[in-house]
Amino acid sequence: MSEMIATRDAYGKTLLELGRENSRVVALDADLSGSTKTALFGKEFPQRFFNSGVAEANMVGMAAGLAAGGMIPFASTFAVFAAGRAFEQIRQSLAYPKMNVKVVATHGGITVGEDGGSHQSIEDLAIMRALPNMTVLCPADGPETAAAVRAAAAHDGPVFIRLGRSKVPVVFTDGCDFAIGRGATLRQGTDLTFITTGLMTAQALEAAAILAEENISARVVHLGSIKPLDVDLVLQAARETGAIVTAEEHSVIGGLGGAVCEVLCEGYPVPVERVGLRDVFGQSGTAEELLAHYGLTPAHLVEAAERVVKRK
Amino acid sequence: MLKDETVRALELTARQLRVEILKMLNTANSGHTGGSLSAIDVLTVLYFHQMRHDPSNPKWEDRDRFVLSKGHAAPALYACLAEAGYFSRDDLKTLRRFGSHLQGHPDMNKTPGVEVCTGSLGQGLSQAVGLAIASKLAGRSARIYSLLGDGEVQEGQIWEAAMAAAHFKLDNLCVILDHNGLQIDGEVEKVMNVGPLGPKFLAFNWHVLEVDGHDIQAICQALDNAGATGGQPTLIIARTVKGKGVPFFEHKASYHGVPPSDDELVRALEHLGHS
Repeated sequence: MSEMIATRDAYGKTLLELGRENSRVVALDADLSGSTKTALFGKEFPQRFFNSGVAEANMVGMAAGLAAGGMIPFASTFAVFAAGRAFEQIRQSLAYPKMNVKVVATHGGITVGEDGGSHQSIEDLAIMRALPNMTVLCPADGPETAAAVRAAAAHDGPVFIRLGRSKVPVVFTDGCDFAIGRGATLRQGTDLTFITTGLMTAQALEAAAILAEENISARVVHLGSIKPLDVDLVLQAARETGAIVTAEEHSVIGGLGGAVCEVLCEGYPVPVERVGLRDVFGQSGTAEELLAHYGLTPAHLVEAAERVVKRK
Repeated sequence: MLKDETVRALELTARQLRVEILKMLNTANSGHTGGSLSAIDVLTVLYFHQMRHDPSNPKWEDRDRFVLSKGHAAPALYACLAEAGYFSRDDLKTLRRFGSHLQGHPDMNKTPGVEVCTGSLGQGLSQAVGLAIASKLAGRSARIYSLLGDGEVQEGQIWEAAMAAAHFKLDNLCVILDHNGLQIDGEVEKVMNVGPLGPKFLAFNWHVLEVDGHDIQAICQALDNAGATGGQPTLIIARTVKGKGVPFFEHKASYHGVPPSDDELVRALEHLGHS
């Protein structure tokens, strides 16, 4: 069993490091700093930490103004409130003007767990991906989150980073590289490719190991950058393995699965199976129960792989 | 107190800017007339008397900054920026045209001198709050000014921002409310009564002043007084008249988003002593 780290914990630590390295880094939160982990930054840099209270729209607007004034703001809340409640502020005050603000949204997806469907964002990647100028990242684990947060800080422009609440298996190594717009091939294979994001990458690696025992050779490509998407890597996987299974802790509409299908339809059509929430909201339960209920386990990925290989 | 000749010069500038606003709206055949004319006296004082800024160096770090939260009054802002020298007055003829740097609503990436993108009501004030915080963090003495519409303050985000500005003690923030009493659908009081605004902002722990928004001397004094109360943001309620300066546009919600026709332009310019 690999080490387990919540991506939000990696964010909190990395944000604190960035704060120590650069006095222009500031943080904002909307009364969830203990959960999003921006409180770590706030404790060490109270003069550079701004809690909007339960007022996400103003948090995003203040972040825009801080960026216009030369700061590098990181604004955090749960994904459902960032991409949902503050959508139009992100559109008008961040994306449209290309404002240098990083929206780091924690508690994405169903692994929020017990809080239930009202708090489980299953559409944030789709919404954010539709915005021009927006960069959308969804790291797989703690080490990649640290690297992605640093890449976002170095990028001049708006970035949306989706993180999770639960501890997830470590896939990458500490100090790993992260480049916006570049994916990573984590396992080679010839019969099909899992193209995955977020915590589903660890699930796909497990599924690939199970498939190997059935003599099905599955490649695993992780896309931590949903937008821009690594189009070349996706097309290469389609050409070389001839079948794709996408997997995300998100609706199958408009997120990773949607993005990959757009690329494949135009560039190299092959059979695709999309694993994700089938146009439904989540509900209360443990993360494990919900992943099983909504079909996001290695066993479900194995089934999807078997289906897609038959369609070749 | 300003000298009489200074007041007269600013009044002349405002009158000239009214002419520019009407001409550009007529040429564009699209845009917001009433709210541009109600705001122009306040903007004239800000750009030609109050604010420290340098049109030859729009990105000067220590400049005072202005956020037009009621972004639909862009013609008033563009007229000021052209007059100040941020770009050629000829550009005003391209308002709202394809390829023009003068977009329907202010765009910081297209127009020199525009600080942030506004137009979706309620969002400018939050950005002004962020700019005021940034100014303090950077140790600058620069002040942040923002103009709100009175229909705009029906947006919930305005009150989120008002709460934050007081909480963070932003005494470098001065907000002016263009209180013309009208919005697209009619009288603010009838569409959705958001008043009384003075008591509301006082309750939000702001320093509140009220002036005749077409009295240059009074506007100047209020802006000077704005910084007097340490630890509080200031709201100046500027009582204005929608369409001010052109009698047949005044007090009419119907001229909110309608440009002057050719005939109306001729009559309006005559009235302004410009033919």
